[in-house]
Amino acid sequence: MKRLFLFVILSTITALVAACGGAAPEPAAPAQEQPKAEVAQEEPAKEEAAAPAGGEEVVTIGYTASKTGKLEVPSRGQTRGLELWLEQVNKDGITLSDGTVVKFDTKTYDDESAKERVQSLYTTLIEEDSADFLISPYSSGLTDAAAVIAESYGNVMITTGAASDATYKKGLTSVFQLYTPASRYLTGAIDMLAALDPDAKKIAFVYENAKFSTGVVEAAKAYAEEKGFDVVLFEGYDSETTDFAPFLNKIAAAEPDAVMGGGHFNDGSTLARQLYEKNTPVHFLALLVAPPELQFAELADAALGVVGPSQWEPQANYTKEAAAAAGLEWYGPTVAEFAKAYEDKYGEEPGYHAGGGYAAGVILQRAIEQADSTDPAAVKAALDDMNLLTFFGNVKFDTTAESHGLQQAHEMVYVQWQHDDQGNLVKQVVWPVEGQSAEPIYPLPR
Amino acid sequence: MDQFIASLADGLLLGFVYGLAAMGLTLIFGVMDVINLAHGPIIALGMFAVFFLGPPGLGLHPYVALLVVAVLGLIFGAIIYFISVHRILDGPHLSSLLSTFSVNMMIIGVGTAIFTTTPKNMDFSIGGLAFWALNIPFTRLVGAFIAVLVAAALYVFLYRTQQGKAIRAVANNRAASELMGIPSTMTLALSFGIGTMLAAVSGAIIATFFSFSILSGGVYELKSFVIVVLGGLGNPTGALLGGLILGALEGIVPVFLPVSWVPVIEFVLFVLILMYRPNGLFGGGRS
Repeated sequence: MKRLFLFVILSTITALVAACGGAAPEPAAPAQEQPKAEVAQEEPAKEEAAAPAGGEEVVTIGYTASKTGKLEVPSRGQTRGLELWLEQVNKDGITLSDGTVVKFDTKTYDDESAKERVQSLYTTLIEEDSADFLISPYSSGLTDAAAVIAESYGNVMITTGAASDATYKKGLTSVFQLYTPASRYLTGAIDMLAALDPDAKKIAFVYENAKFSTGVVEAAKAYAEEKGFDVVLFEGYDSETTDFAPFLNKIAAAEPDAVMGGGHFNDGSTLARQLYEKNTPVHFLALLVAPPELQFAELADAALGVVGPSQWEPQANYTKEAAAAAGLEWYGPTVAEFAKAYEDKYGEEPGYHAGGGYAAGVILQRAIEQADSTDPAAVKAALDDMNLLTFFGNVKFDTTAESHGLQQAHEMVYVQWQHDDQGNLVKQVVWPVEGQSAEPIYPLPR
Repeated sequence: MDQFIASLADGLLLGFVYGLAAMGLTLIFGVMDVINLAHGPIIALGMFAVFFLGPPGLGLHPYVALLVVAVLGLIFGAIIYFISVHRILDGPHLSSLLSTFSVNMMIIGVGTAIFTTTPKNMDFSIGGLAFWALNIPFTRLVGAFIAVLVAAALYVFLYRTQQGKAIRAVANNRAASELMGIPSTMTLALSFGIGTMLAAVSGAIIATFFSFSILSGGVYELKSFVIVVLGGLGNPTGALLGGLILGALEGIVPVFLPVSWVPVIEFVLFVLILMYRPNGLFGGGRS
């Protein structure tokens, strides 16, 4: 009897865990996935649409999201942005010249922030879920793994949340990068430091040992040395690091003017917090990924003065007029329209990951319109020809064989957390000068 | 030299807390020969408990919340014991490993579903101590002090109270202690509860100075294994000393080598101790 009771208790707990979708190895239930029956009902519509003249074609977009694991925060923003675009584009669909209305369905899985899961999930998306187009997962590491699968099946993949240059230097032809490449991530921060303090000479790079951050700091180190800075510390840390004391002691010993690096949200915010708590003497702190996230403000005083490169901010000055002045095509909603729609849906200001998720959809939408078809080869050709300005910035892809798909035109902005008149922490764009919403704080208020 | 002193101080202060976490693991092993693979998630639950009881949640002062965490840890440990450990206590070691690993997976699964893996911050600061080469946040000083206090209380409990003596008796010879009228099942449940309590309290202390998620306990569980082997399996006092050694290593090694060498050196030491001093530097034992 007691054994039976124990069995019942254990079975109940196991069932609860399964119901909650804990850390089970199976793909999590797709967030946007419709019930099988509904998908089945859409199949005829899809086949019908293949025939010309006036039908509705449902195109499947496949992607993985990091619903769990260390990439959860930025991935959530990216997914929300993409979901907002889907909601908006599906209201009217895309009307092709033959009258066909293209609408979008999605298939998505939780990649658990794990590179090892990405390749099998993208294979599933293509082979079993028949995804026509792909959006990348969040992060360079995961995208690098997914891009290989997209290329081998010939599926067009728009990458967002993935800045590493290396992915696009492997001879891929189907993968298109939305973000400014990693090699240009921190170069603006170095220019900013030089402008703020001509006497600053020493920089310490403390960075996450990951594909993206390593790519960024290696490029930034070369740029800093070219600009005459002395790199006094250049050391990576494990992604799971929570105790940065050894690095803080090394920074204190090296006495740099500036600390740059970080990697992703968890480690970057922890590094910023511990630098503040230990009152480590630095004048300038620029970290990757974490500062542009709204949750960074939870660090309170430790966030004050911290600079972060951002792919996009709601204060960004991308307008139809700017497009006309630059001789570029303008496409999609304005910055204000996107920011309002996002805030209305999610109740928070969009960050750059959200902007990137939405913009990935916009780019795909424009490519299908330009191609006047959902044929992958035609869409690929349209992406190759693309050079337009959106709310997210300028988008133009490299078409050379050496680095096909690498983003060429998009530029970074640099944000800094400052106090507003009421004493609340707010993000301000402080670099480049022409895009400034506030003067930068220098040195760090410590 | 300044960097050496600062790093050593940081490492030693953290070492006390590592030692406290490892004491929980070694106590359970010492009393009932069970390697508790749910140790890491329990540390993480301690972090969440103090987070929700403390300023971000119910508003208790974190150090007052530690007392509640201790009581909750004790009760939770006793529940785990009756559900997953008691029935396989006399079975092969693999049974207890699998059983506690199942508890590990359940806690992580449910914890991930409820709390997600977004890191949490206590946002708790009580200033710091700055003199000479040192700049130490008070949270770490208080954390180390609490760890020593709890370790001392455990020592007094095990050696000066009837219940503590009962635990040691059961650890030495369960059959004989039952013949002497000691209720072994309740004593074992209490031991598991205390081991769990120590893990939860150490997690709660760590949460006062590091960010955490439900997955954070894994790192401290690994460190606890190294410490337990350093200090001697089943030797709580050795665990505290082992924690200090590990903390000091983590502090000193980065002064001379890149930080990425720290786990390499830790686990080389782990293997060497297993090979040449399998009873640990301070000798294994029963509580």
